Amino acid sequence: MWNKRKEQALPKLSLPSGGSASLFSVPAAVAPRPVEVKKEATPVSSNPMARFEPESRGGLATIGKAVRIVGQVYSKEELYIDGDLEGTLEAMEHKLIIGPNGTVHATITAREVVVLGSIQGNVEAVDKIEIRKDAKLVGDIRTARIIIEDGAYFKGSIDIVKADALKSASRPQPPSPAVASTPTPAGAGVSANPR
Amino acid sequence: MRALFSSRHGTAADTVTRSSRGLEEFFNYIRGQSGLTILDFGGATQQNVNFITSLGHRIYSENFLQALRESFTTDADQANSKRIEHFLHQALDYPERQFHAVLIWDVLEYLAPALLTAVVERLQKIVQPQSYMLAFFHSDDKLDAVPYYTFRIQDVNLLQVDQHGSRRPAQLYNNRSLERLFGRFESVKFFLTREQLREVIIKV
Repeated sequence: MWNKRKEQALPKLSLPSGGSASLFSVPAAVAPRPVEVKKEATPVSSNPMARFEPESRGGLATIGKAVRIVGQVYSKEELYIDGDLEGTLEAMEHKLIIGPNGTVHATITAREVVVLGSIQGNVEAVDKIEIRKDAKLVGDIRTARIIIEDGAYFKGSIDIVKADALKSASRPQPPSPAVASTPTPAGAGVSANPR
Repeated sequence: MRALFSSRHGTAADTVTRSSRGLEEFFNYIRGQSGLTILDFGGATQQNVNFITSLGHRIYSENFLQALRESFTTDADQANSKRIEHFLHQALDYPERQFHAVLIWDVLEYLAPALLTAVVERLQKIVQPQSYMLAFFHSDDKLDAVPYYTFRIQDVNLLQVDQHGSRRPAQLYNNRSLERLFGRFESVKFFLTREQLREVIIKV
């Protein structure tokens, strides 16, 4: 009973599986400097801590308010940030929530963004962005839909762009066959030297 | 003739919906165009963002009065050149000719002469020639305080006006002083409303 309570109080982090290089740099509160980390292909949140997800944010990867991250964050699940982040943040197919304590200095791309804390940086939200009361956003927004509550602070430009256009712009372009550096298997039908 | 304050809106006693000839003229000038970049000094409101972007324009939101509050603690500060420079950097640091139109609303009333001159000069730089700006000024020169409003666009000629108390204006204007203030611009057009509010369209 007591142990369970302690575990519930812990914020959930998306940590890598297999003990390889971290997806997120998560310096401890006493660490003198944050460590910049590189992107890893598959973020995994199925570590044991996931079983003790706070009920109010069930199913979300969470970066707690005592966490500071410097670097690139890629998320393949919904993400809640209540700590500090500096760098870039991509959650292309997913929802991103900046909690009331969250402070983000980053370029952000996500399917949907909800801001309760503070963002400084440009935001591309494919479906929609919500800037809640008392939230602060300084930067340019490109989105299909925007909701701004009274009491929110926003400074920057707003471009309303259809979600399809944003999706296609965000999608990585496949390399041109003529300049592809990857060897093409025989019979694949793609050749840099057409006959 | 349409009533200036045509209806009460919602339950808030200090919220009214009123027609605006100035706003109508402003949208007449930019009608038929799309992809314009419009600066809104009223801060970000859902209604203004929706209305402007639904016309195919890009909106820049600038909470001018909040920047003013944060930059100047007293009226005397508004004569301090370093503070003026800081304020311009905070609120009006945009590339030259960035904007095709500006919704100034009533914010210029709160500026002391030195700051006002600096702001108007900066506006002239960041707005494209032949574009339009809309500004409001109270015309009763006996006022000790003027209402502090948020303006929300309901339609091309309709504004929802939320009053959040009142503020002491730094200056009050008559037609003559407004003509002098905007003398560097191509033209100034006035609409006097029933509530002694001047709506002014300035052609840059």
